[in-house]
Parts: sequence; C-alpha cells; structure tokens
Amino acid sequence: MVPLSWYIVLSAVMFSIGVFGFLARRNLLIIFISIELMLNSVNISLVAFSHYLQSMRGQILVFFVITVAAAEAAIGLAILIAYYKHNPTIKVDEINLLKG
Amino acid sequence: MEMEATISLLDMRLLVPELTLICVGLILMLLDLVVRKKELIAAVGIAGTLVAMYGTYKLYGFYNPQAAFAGMFVVDGYSNFFKLIFYLNIILTICISLKYMAIEKASFGEYYALLMFSSTGMMIMASAADLIILYLGLELMALSTYILAGFMRNQPRSNEAALKYFFLGAFSSAFLLYGISLTYGLTGTTNLKGIAEALSTLSIMDNPITYLGLIFIIVAFGFKIALVPFHMWAPDVYEGSPTSITAFMSVGPKAAGFAVLGRVLFDAFAGMQVQWAAILVPIAVLTMATGSIIALAQTNIKRMLAYSSIAHAGYMLLGIIAGTHDGLTSTVNYLMIYLFMNIGAFAIVIMLRREGVQGENLDDYMGLSKSHPLASALMLIFMFSLAGIPPTAGFVGKFYVFMEAINAGYVYMALIAVVFSAISAFFYLRVVMYMYMKDPVKEVELTTSPSMSIALAVTAMMVLIFGIFPSILLNLVRLSILG
Repeated sequence: MVPLSWYIVLSAVMFSIGVFGFLARRNLLIIFISIELMLNSVNISLVAFSHYLQSMRGQILVFFVITVAAAEAAIGLAILIAYYKHNPTIKVDEINLLKG
Repeated sequence: MEMEATISLLDMRLLVPELTLICVGLILMLLDLVVRKKELIAAVGIAGTLVAMYGTYKLYGFYNPQAAFAGMFVVDGYSNFFKLIFYLNIILTICISLKYMAIEKASFGEYYALLMFSSTGMMIMASAADLIILYLGLELMALSTYILAGFMRNQPRSNEAALKYFFLGAFSSAFLLYGISLTYGLTGTTNLKGIAEALSTLSIMDNPITYLGLIFIIVAFGFKIALVPFHMWAPDVYEGSPTSITAFMSVGPKAAGFAVLGRVLFDAFAGMQVQWAAILVPIAVLTMATGSIIALAQTNIKRMLAYSSIAHAGYMLLGIIAGTHDGLTSTVNYLMIYLFMNIGAFAIVIMLRREGVQGENLDDYMGLSKSHPLASALMLIFMFSLAGIPPTAGFVGKFYVFMEAINAGYVYMALIAVVFSAISAFFYLRVVMYMYMKDPVKEVELTTSPSMSIALAVTAMMVLIFGIFPSILLNLVRLSILG
C-alpha cells in the first residue's frame, strides 16, 4: 500500500508548482491553469487524509471544491472574455491600465 | 471516528435570513425581465433586506446562541451583529448606486441580485462553525463580488479590476483550502470546536504542520481583508470598480474577513494565541505603515481611500491581536463605525461623478465649499472621522481598539498605530484643505438624488451620534459578543 506521506508530498509538490506558475508565468491562461493545479493538489491531500483518517469530511469537501472550481472557471473566463473585447491581450505585463 | 450526526429539516429555520436574501435575489432577477424602472427593483431589494433583518432580530433572539446542521452553522450574537453590518451595507450601497449606475450606463437588475448573493455569502461566513461552510460562504461572496467589480463591462478599467480581483482572489482561496486540508489532516475534523479540542488533546500545537496550516488560513483571510503584504490587488480593484461597489466591498468582504478571522482564531486556534499573535503583529505594523504612507502620494481619491482602507484594516487588527473578547469587541465596534464613515465618503465621491466628468481627482475638490457648502461639510465630517478626530465616530473606534491593545500589553503596537494615524491625518485633511482653502478652478455640479440624500443623512448622523454617544454602539457590541 502507498503510505500517506507519498500523497502529501505529491500534493505539496503540485501546490508549489501551481504557486510558482501563478507567480512566474506571464500568460493569463497558464496562470488560470496554475490555480486549477493548486486546487487539485488540495483535493489529493484531502482525499488521502480522508482515507487515512477513515472520515468522510475530506471527501465531502473535495466535491464542494470541484463544484466551486467549476463556477470559478465559468466566472473567470467570462471576465477574461469581457476584458479581451477591449484589450486583445492575455499577457500579464500589458494589463497595466490601473497602477500607481 | 465520526460521530453520528443527524440533520433534520427543522435545522433550516436558522437559515431563514439567508434564504430570504437568496429568494429576494432570485425575485430581483425575474423582476428585471418585466419591470423597466430600476427604482422599483432597488426598492424591492431594500424591502427584502429589511425582511431578512427582521428575521435576524425577532425570529430566535438576537443574542441567543443556537447551532444547526450538526454544529456546522451557528447563530449567535457575534454572527448576528455582523449580519447587521451586512444588511446596512446592502441598503446603503443600493441607496448610493441608483443614479450612479445609470450614469455609468450599467444599470441592470442583476446588480441588485448580485449584491444579495454576495451578502448572503458574507452572512454564511459569519455563521460558519465549520471550515467547509466557511469556504462555501467565502466563495459565494467572492464570486459575486468579482462580477460586481467588473460590472461596467464597457469600460476597460472595470474589466481590468475584475480580472485582477478574480485572479488574486482565486489564488488566495487555494491557500485557504491548503490550510484547511493540513488542519483537517492533523486534527481529523473541520469543525472549529473539534479543532480546538484536537489541538489541546493530541498535543500537536508544536507541530510545524499545524503552524503551516494556520499561516495559510491567515494568508487567505489577509487577502480578503487586504492586509499587507497581501494587499496588492486592493488599490487597482478599488480604483477600477464602480464607485458604489468600491464602497460595498471596502466594507462587506472586509467585515466578513474579520468575522471569520475572529471566529477561527478565537474558537479553533484559541490555544495557539501566542503563535498567531506573533504572526499578526508584523502584518499589522506593515499594513498600517503601507496604507498610511502610500496614500500620501495618491491624487486619485478612490485610490487614496483604497490605501486608507488598508490602513484601517491594520488598526482593526489590533483588537484581534489583543486576543481578548474585549479586543474583539473593539474590532467589531470599529467595523460598524467604519461602515458609516467609509460609505459616506464614497457617497460624496459618487456625487461628483456626472455625465462626461469622472470627478475622481483631488483637483475636482478645489473650492467645493464655495459652490456646495453642504456637501463639503459632510465630506469634512467623513474625513475627520476617517482621520480619527473627535467628536466623530472614527475617534471612538480608534480609541477603543488602541485601549484594548494597551490593556492586553501591546503598548508599543498602540504607539505605532497612533504614529501612523497621525501621518494618515495628512491626506484626509488635504481633501478638506482643497475644499475649503483653495479657489475653485472649474464649475462643479453635483449629481443628487433622494436616495443619495437619505444615505448621506444617515451616515453623517450615525458618525456624529456614535462619536458623541459612543456607549450606544459599544453596549450593543458588548452584549452581542460577551453575551
């Protein structure tokens, strides 16, 4: 059987990759995918903990996270499209109308 | 492992105020299809909010603590007082946005529905006694607010604000989830009381993973409250969003963030008070410093108020750092006062916006007192209050927070806060100086409406009443929190 710590390490590595992607990449869609990666790394650790603790709470939270992530994707992409209509760019560096 | 928990339909009774607001939101969306007059939709929204407010007050007692859904959802004085803040926030926001959204050509019925949904999310956050419910409430609030920030969809500024708010908000909720998962893995539960029990019995308080979970949760709330160094989104989003929504989200999500911060730290992590106070102290100092100092350089008044709102979050944090229930009381008291003075100030900013004129620059306030003495006098009250000058409510709010910090032994924090408070007086008084001591350069016309006048009258009156008779509000807050 795969021990719990492997899952936790996998989740931590995935989360770190997501954080790095969010901070370092310059393409909005890649940044968006990085956020999804972070959310799914949390799902892995929740399911692993849930199985280890023999408690359902973690798995229930995973279902909520998946649902909310879907809603978040819908709203996020809608906002992105609304933005793209005025400024056809998805490069973070060019989104600089508001600053100071 | 899990205790057997039964959930009955009867548990829904505690959700009545939340369900009312959700229903009102749905009705408003339907109403928007058949009714052309936005005034009617706004009136229905206000009426629905008042019904929900009545429910919170009368249904099961304001101070009477009750739990439902196997202890996941609690209704007590603490949550009810926060709900009062959220109701007032909706009503005042609707009052100041009616004419403004028409000028911005973004007057749609969904605006009012989204205000309801967002506030429902805040109310669920205030009542959450379980990290799962807390997360769901936070997302309901956040997703609705992202849309509201980008509501002027024909304006690039608003789009950009929504985009930035969305990406940083989603980033922060991933942190919250990671913190929740670590805490769940260590304690085996997501219930706040259960976490507190597990922390004390399992002796895992010194476990670095517990710290990590706690830090991640604080980071996520810090994003919502706009604490430094998680504040980067705030000035841009506050500047680009519709001004009425800037007023709404500088109060609502901030109050909701403090509600969950107080609940989680005081209920779940009560045993780790030394540790979380150590995390929050540098954050509070940085927040006060950044907010007060960068605001000095701003010429756009919305951006200035954004930094001012960051600085105020730093002062409010002192009450949490104090770690006592009296400290929490002073923070909640400050939040209620902040609601009135901040929405009042934004109401004046909105009045300067008219067809073809943004009216957001400091220069637009030059000599305002000559042409519009009443509006200038009101702005003077709000600016004095934000700066914390007696006899306005802002002074009372700051006074109690600083006093509780001193009572808890954080004398140096109170001193730092006073210093930054004095620095911040400069940019508030600069607005007053522009209005009263400079000559007008151009004709300024104000956009007025009856609802705007009501909102201004209420906010100004409350700022003065709570400033002169501070015990009225403070007793109510004390009764709510201390029981």
